[in-house]
Amino acid sequence: MARRVSARRVLVSTAAAWFFGFLIFLPILWMFLTSFKTELEAFATPPTFLFFHWTTENYATVQGRSDYLLHALNSIIVAGGSTIIAMIIAVPAAWSMAFAPTNRTKDVLLWMLSTKMMPPVGVLVPIYLIYQNLGMLDTRTGLVAILCLGNLPIVIWMLFTYFKEIPKDILEAARMDGATIGRELVYVLTPMAIPGIASTLLLNLILAWNEAFWTLNLSTSKAAPLTVFIASYSSPEGLFWAKLSAASTLAIAPILVLGWFSQRQLVRGLTFGAVK
Amino acid sequence: MGQITLQGVHKSFGPLNIIKDANLDIEDGSFVVFVGPSGCGKTTLLRLIAGLEDVTGGQILIDGNNVVNVPPAKRGLSMVFQSYALYPHMSVRGNIAFGLKMAGLPRAEIASKVEAAAATLNLTAYLDRKPRELSGGQRQRVAIGRAIVREPKAFLFDEPLSNLDAALRVQMRMEVTRLQKQLGTTAIYVTHDQVEAMTMADKIVVLNAGRIEQYGSPLDLYERPANLFVAGFIGSPKMNFISGEIAGRHGAATIGVRPEHLKIVKEGEGWPGTVSVAEHLGSDTFLYVDAGPIGTLTVRGIGELHLTAGDRVWLSPDQARLHLFDQQGGIVRR
Repeated sequence: MARRVSARRVLVSTAAAWFFGFLIFLPILWMFLTSFKTELEAFATPPTFLFFHWTTENYATVQGRSDYLLHALNSIIVAGGSTIIAMIIAVPAAWSMAFAPTNRTKDVLLWMLSTKMMPPVGVLVPIYLIYQNLGMLDTRTGLVAILCLGNLPIVIWMLFTYFKEIPKDILEAARMDGATIGRELVYVLTPMAIPGIASTLLLNLILAWNEAFWTLNLSTSKAAPLTVFIASYSSPEGLFWAKLSAASTLAIAPILVLGWFSQRQLVRGLTFGAVK
Repeated sequence: MGQITLQGVHKSFGPLNIIKDANLDIEDGSFVVFVGPSGCGKTTLLRLIAGLEDVTGGQILIDGNNVVNVPPAKRGLSMVFQSYALYPHMSVRGNIAFGLKMAGLPRAEIASKVEAAAATLNLTAYLDRKPRELSGGQRQRVAIGRAIVREPKAFLFDEPLSNLDAALRVQMRMEVTRLQKQLGTTAIYVTHDQVEAMTMADKIVVLNAGRIEQYGSPLDLYERPANLFVAGFIGSPKMNFISGEIAGRHGAATIGVRPEHLKIVKEGEGWPGTVSVAEHLGSDTFLYVDAGPIGTLTVRGIGELHLTAGDRVWLSPDQARLHLFDQQGGIVRR
């Protein structure tokens, strides 16, 4: 017998879901609202919710003070570039570990994961010095390299788990059917792995877009992505909440839109394999 | 043509010897079943023939050519997997056509061959469906269709029916046998189910711990098992083995008698025993008799025997059908 759910329970659950959904969304909403307040109202206690003096002056100031488009372009190059390079390295790596494992495959995977357990600040000084010597401070190339390397373990792990889900029999069937390795990849494996590849790509893009530690420490102006742009509004002269909010809203807008359109893909990718 | 010969084939994974010196001659057009307990190496042997595993030593000849260094696709064999291994993103048509597409056949020829294969297997109505929209039996048919469409030298079946329910398994068993006879293509079929082996095979290969124990026709194996293992593995219920004094009287270490060759005789004439379990199937009655020092004996009686647990019975073996085994478990020919 199917479980019966009473109408009241549905109502309570729905209300609770909306409540928690709203709670999680609240900081983003608050930031969005604050970005339209004056600096004075942004500080006001008790805070005003909707009934305040709406103004777009913060956006104008932010645009006037710093070059949003340059930072946005940097973000796109750094996040996009590091993701693409990471995927190019990770797909064959995950493929070989999933389908041609050796005795050491597990160790390699665990070792890669262990690099993520180390706090990045632990290697900040050596990396900074290396970058300084190589002249890679405040360059897009430098940021692409560090973000790509930083996210590579996660990308390989995600792809590895997706590829693991693909039954070996199917690949063997393709081999029996006369497919060469190249054709096996193109006609059989890739179409089956597309949901996994797509969600890995999206997740990595979001991670790289939001990465702040390395971008803040290794870039200042020329190569600085949007994270640095936001941080520049919390300055020694004091906190400008409204302007900071405006800058943040501008910074997260592109990735928020991307996330909105790809949410179905993302959720499917993240739960892939959990339910058979 | 599809004559397959194994000469001294062995396979080890590291220190583990999975296949030990396998020699086998499979005639063109015959249906050969590899049977054995799990872990005996039957699937490995099939995969060696397919080329999905490399041999550690020995030769595999297909129509006289050593194929040990030939990739799977070039061996001209096709395989049906236990999990069906259909391409989930392709339609039934795409699945069946894939091998032909890889071989670079012209489109019109592919289409006509796919149609023909689908017609043989009653799949015409499902050609545009995806595998997930099919039942287990239909998926199995698609897997078989994918195998026959390439007109291979031999079919390799790796426990293809084990995921089907009992009724469907019996039906598919007949269909596979009929199809193989109709096409006249050599087939190698791996199973752990000895009923499948007995009913489908022209010849059976009994494997145990990586060794070929016996190779022969089903009735050959049943009537003239080469050793204790084959005697115990082929036949259901299992053959009764008796050792000790009674075996010694026949000049053997162990004697074997099949449940159907034990007769219930008059009081005082044979081995006495007490029925511990009686299974009444209507067509047969299986008795499990506690025969004291001899051990537990299984008796198969035709029809209904009207005996229940606790009844005293006297059993006598059919002397002409006793199997005698020596100390090493080998058969003693009489």
